[in-house]
Amino acid sequence: MFFFGQNRMNETVSSTLVDAPHKRFKTPGIDVWAFGTLVVCLGVAMPIVWVLGLAFTPSGDIWQHLVDTVLANLVSTTLLLMVGVGFGTFVIGTGTAWIVTMCRFPGKRIFEWALLIPMAVPAYVIAYVYTDLLEYSGPIQGMIRDMFGFETKRDYYFPEIRSLGGAITMMTLVLYPYVYLLARASFLEQSVCVLEASRTLGKGPWESFLKVALPLARPAIAVGVSLVMMETLNDYGTVDFFAVSTFSKGIYDVWLNMNSPEGAAQLASMLLMFVMVLIGLERYGRRKQKFHNTATQTRALPGFKLSPRLGALAFIACALPVILGFLVPAWVLGGYALDFYQDTLDANYWTTTWNSLMLSSLAAAIAIILGVFLAYSLRLGQSPWIHAMTRFAALGYAVPGAVLAIGLVMYLGWVDNTIDGWARENFGLSTGLIFSGTIIAITFGYVVRFLSLSFGSAEAGLGKITANMDGAARTLGLGPMATLRRVHLPIMRGSIMTAALLVFVDCMKELPMTVMLRPFNFETLATFVHQYASDEMLPEAALAALSIVIAGIIPVILLSLTIAKSRAGHQTLKENTAQ
Amino acid sequence: MKNTSITQKLTLGAAVGLALSAFGATAGAQELNVYSYRQAFLIDPLVQAFEKETGAKVNIVFSKKGLLQRLQSEGMNSPADVVLTADASQIVQFDQAGLLQPFKSDALKGNVPAQYRDPNDMWTGLTMRARAVYASKTRVKEGELTTYEDLAKPHMKGRICTRSGKHPYNVTLTASIIAANGEAAAEDWARGVKANLARKPQGNDRAQVKAIFEGECDVSLGNSYYFGKMITNEKKPEQKEWAAAVNILFPNQGDRGTHVNVSTGAITKASKNFDLANAFLTFLSSETAQTIYSSGNFEYPLKPGVQMDPLVASWGTFKADDTNLTKIVAAQTAATKLMDKVGFDD
Repeated sequence: MFFFGQNRMNETVSSTLVDAPHKRFKTPGIDVWAFGTLVVCLGVAMPIVWVLGLAFTPSGDIWQHLVDTVLANLVSTTLLLMVGVGFGTFVIGTGTAWIVTMCRFPGKRIFEWALLIPMAVPAYVIAYVYTDLLEYSGPIQGMIRDMFGFETKRDYYFPEIRSLGGAITMMTLVLYPYVYLLARASFLEQSVCVLEASRTLGKGPWESFLKVALPLARPAIAVGVSLVMMETLNDYGTVDFFAVSTFSKGIYDVWLNMNSPEGAAQLASMLLMFVMVLIGLERYGRRKQKFHNTATQTRALPGFKLSPRLGALAFIACALPVILGFLVPAWVLGGYALDFYQDTLDANYWTTTWNSLMLSSLAAAIAIILGVFLAYSLRLGQSPWIHAMTRFAALGYAVPGAVLAIGLVMYLGWVDNTIDGWARENFGLSTGLIFSGTIIAITFGYVVRFLSLSFGSAEAGLGKITANMDGAARTLGLGPMATLRRVHLPIMRGSIMTAALLVFVDCMKELPMTVMLRPFNFETLATFVHQYASDEMLPEAALAALSIVIAGIIPVILLSLTIAKSRAGHQTLKENTAQ
Repeated sequence: MKNTSITQKLTLGAAVGLALSAFGATAGAQELNVYSYRQAFLIDPLVQAFEKETGAKVNIVFSKKGLLQRLQSEGMNSPADVVLTADASQIVQFDQAGLLQPFKSDALKGNVPAQYRDPNDMWTGLTMRARAVYASKTRVKEGELTTYEDLAKPHMKGRICTRSGKHPYNVTLTASIIAANGEAAAEDWARGVKANLARKPQGNDRAQVKAIFEGECDVSLGNSYYFGKMITNEKKPEQKEWAAAVNILFPNQGDRGTHVNVSTGAITKASKNFDLANAFLTFLSSETAQTIYSSGNFEYPLKPGVQMDPLVASWGTFKADDTNLTKIVAAQTAATKLMDKVGFDD
């Protein structure tokens, strides 16, 4: 859904490509692709449909109350938060991506992957860590008071960490990698020729960046920022901890304190529409622009060698996000973990870790299979109806996790009880609950929520492959499936790895659905952390929190290596195409 | 050809699902399934004691939210036998949704005084905690603050810390003030307290005591058991210092008494294991369990005559607000809206 900007990039190509393979090579009989797509979409979309259904249930006078009291405040705070985090992640993500892609300076090789690591730190964890450090009673303010002899809070100024500004900073620090990831991939794909042309025409490096590279990367950056904004909108842990009244806090309030899941679903649907409008506006903004590379040859990136002074600046610019977003929290968590690791180890730590890894890998694998399937099916050419359904099925990412969890719980309960009722009627036996409260339920939830990540990546990856490839493969006698397996999948390995990483890391951090859908006596690292963190006892769960981060680092490094190589692969592809 | 492999995978998934659920069903003989709003580590000692006494196995799902919707959606097929909640308002929502069935235990009724149980036996309180006031030993004079109403008076200006006004503990406290003084008076009260805050509502109850220790404010609202947990915290000894800086006060001793809330338990309508569920609730109200609660969590036992933890006892006895909890819970939504209206957290 949220990657469709990437399609645009290749619009001129795709207008000839999308329909072609289907029309030319359509096999007689039932179109298994169309049928399969329909089935997958229906399956995945159901929980979202349930949320919308819930939203249409009357919720009494809750809206009037909200409009009279807090709604204006919730909306303005949420907008400020979104704009703040969106801007912050854009600057850090794009800036660092440009520096590590185009410049040569000490540490560049390390920063290429290290800049991604903060992504694995859950926002509520970093919020907790910095509150501990920066609040009035924390070590830093304590030191300031000791140094200057201040007695009370009124004697000096220190920014309040538990504030909107604090929330913006915390979320920016862990979310900028989304923008970095996509911006960097996009910069890597740009032909040097364009940049060289720009330089030849007398533009300096800054102007080339602002006027050429940045606009070319706009679709990718827009996707990154919209992912960030959706994560921001859905965050509950941080804003709750910082007492910042955002929309998602309002949703929980209506649900839990006013006992109205209907009202919560209505607020969530409003949020969903807002996101859709936002994305629509972005697309509309560049409706007249076409993005495609005409150069068929890509040389190795030049790598501007920076002067020592500029090199030092570049080093600092890249080091700060990593230090603040990863090293500081890891250091603090590591300190706590030393005090409390025994308790965590005693509490089935290894089983818990295994559960997390197993579930996240399983969900990532399924999400990838389905994502590639859907994207390729659309490429084969499907009716506008199926197109629309696929977009809808990928909406899960924009629904706040806890609200989606209600939808899932209700949907699975309905499915189970329908099957049970049917079995009772026809066979006189009860099947009980088949899916509810099982690992399958959680995995299903993850797939529903994160399908847009894998689908979007797959779609973007496929979009880069010229239609001639399909044509050639099919002319040479390969069926659609064989074409996918032998031609497309090898080429789009990088996109698939990216998607797998995003889904995996997000699943490792996922909380509301895991908590609500899980089987008895079942803990993941995230639920284990939550058990303590919800009572502000994070130190007791530091080892588990640290484990989430570490588990995220390994795929991050793998991915970064893949991305670095993807440029070479891209080159081969282009050369092949040219011949 | 390849799409059959996807189909196969899906079929396999469904088969595994069936196998898993079948496994769950056959293993159910002497197992008790609990949906808990209380953290697993809090109820673990009780569960272990029950398992030891009965030989049954207790399975738990802990979540701070959504268990009501889960139970509702699972319907009569739900595996859950028992629901445990951290306060009375949560369990009343279950009852209103028609998800509970009455317990049948005279022993339990003998253990838990009537004002802490549902009149129709749908749920029972298990332990009690007071919404106490923590006051700086040095900066709050004796008699300066004796009621919740005093918190809204001008002499408290800039001296109060509290967690979010929308947190269930504060919402229920506000609901108790609505029940006692009416909605208009409660609104004035909330405005008054808001005007007296030293900082924007934030953090949990312990964080407020820390703020008193650090001199940010003079008084705070907090549940009584946190005092015990801080005093005895060997792992984080700094919390002992925080606690040493404050006195625990029980407001409104001259009139209706201090606001109290209860953790609760109930049997689900869908329970297929009524006897065991009934035995579990009865066990939780017994002297053994009440003692474990009281000493491990520093809560007040509901069963009369059960020894309080010596530390809890050292805080002195107090008069609890004996308004029936159902009446207070009925004002919950009004209290939430009131907090919105006065912009308590802004």
